[in-house]
Amino acid sequence: MLKGRHLLDPMDFTTSEIDEILELGGEISKNPEKFSKACQGKILATLFYEPSTRTRFSFEAAMLRLGGQVIGFSEPNSSSVAKGESIADTIRTIACYADIAVMRHPKEGAPRVAAMYSSIPVINAGDGGHQHPTQTLTDLLTIKSLKGTLSNLTIGLCGDLKFGRTVHSLIKAMSRYENNKFILISPKELKVPDYIKKEVLEKNNIEFLEVERMEDVIGKLDILYMTRVQRERFFNEEEYLRLKDSYILDKAKLKGAKEDMIILHPLPRVNEIAVEVDEDKRAKYFEQAKYGMFVRMALIMKLLGVEVC
Amino acid sequence: MLTVNSIKNGIVIDHIKAGLGIKIFKMLGLDKIDSAVCLLMNVPSEKLGKKDIIKIENVVDIDLTILGILDPNITINVIKDEVIVEKKKFELPERVENVLNCKNPRCVTSIEKYIDHVFYLVDKEKGEYRCMYCDEIYTLSEV
Repeated sequence: MLKGRHLLDPMDFTTSEIDEILELGGEISKNPEKFSKACQGKILATLFYEPSTRTRFSFEAAMLRLGGQVIGFSEPNSSSVAKGESIADTIRTIACYADIAVMRHPKEGAPRVAAMYSSIPVINAGDGGHQHPTQTLTDLLTIKSLKGTLSNLTIGLCGDLKFGRTVHSLIKAMSRYENNKFILISPKELKVPDYIKKEVLEKNNIEFLEVERMEDVIGKLDILYMTRVQRERFFNEEEYLRLKDSYILDKAKLKGAKEDMIILHPLPRVNEIAVEVDEDKRAKYFEQAKYGMFVRMALIMKLLGVEVC
Repeated sequence: MLTVNSIKNGIVIDHIKAGLGIKIFKMLGLDKIDSAVCLLMNVPSEKLGKKDIIKIENVVDIDLTILGILDPNITINVIKDEVIVEKKKFELPERVENVLNCKNPRCVTSIEKYIDHVFYLVDKEKGEYRCMYCDEIYTLSEV
């Protein structure tokens, strides 16, 4: 039962609960019109303690497309927070006005605090470098919709695998489905943390490979999930110069890839995917943003316990 | 050599790492109870070199789980009619509230001062605890 629950961590829900959301998300993506009045009379509060236009728009568009209304703030200076109000008081007040709340906050664990004091469902829309569960749901719905399955896939994750929270969550989430393999492509400074390898991959006997160059493995992949490699993450300039091109996807590198591979990226992209790749049929990162909205629509409906016959 | 009488009924908290006794004394609120209490510091010990001991007369119902966090080597003797009726060793508690403080500057506890600092045990062997909010892991030896 998802009604009334909070979503704070991507692992808060069981695989069957996630499948339930993805199934509804898939249905919405095929026929959004059918759901255009699902949340009529309901209000979503967007509490954005730091700006994140993309995520906020995605949630707001999701609620509006369900026929609901939206209230909220997009940065704390324009709200009572600027006067020093606590998270507990803010959420207790907002809960009087809205039916469901979405929170983005620079501090890790802030949405959990809100959930502790909230009488309405709270969705974590990113808390610092900690969790961003709706990005994981977005990735899952995109993969499921475009590949038709969440099992038996070889998933290449490329770029900053050390600090990228979306990467860690995706590994955890995809590890719960059968027979997936991971190819982790990163410079050695930005490898997946040991705890992910030990506690998620090795513990569950999941096959994985760590490599430094995308070119060596791209032909094996069903999914290539790109992330940004930031110059300042490298220990020295020499290493950065030696490796930076390995983490930029361009047409030449794509030549070795499968015809039905899909390229994903949590966005915003900087230069890690060359613009020339955008026209390739395998480039699915903008479509991914659309699935992000559909899965948020499904999530809002499930947490509100709304159904459409 | 200092001598302190043995107690008839009550609790003896033994094998406290030297120096920690006073902290435990305060954490358990022993300065506020009516019973006879004695804190012995820097007592010679074969095992530890030096140790602290706390003896509490006539009281047995104090919540001592907190002690495992501070020093898992501590032992508790429950005394009845001058005889040790129970010897307890500590197990690390699964959940601790407001005993450890999260030091992660990115954690919400750094700005919302009214919330409880809650930690969950993740690894008994290593003595590792995880902050409920930011998931930062601490080993007891660090804190």
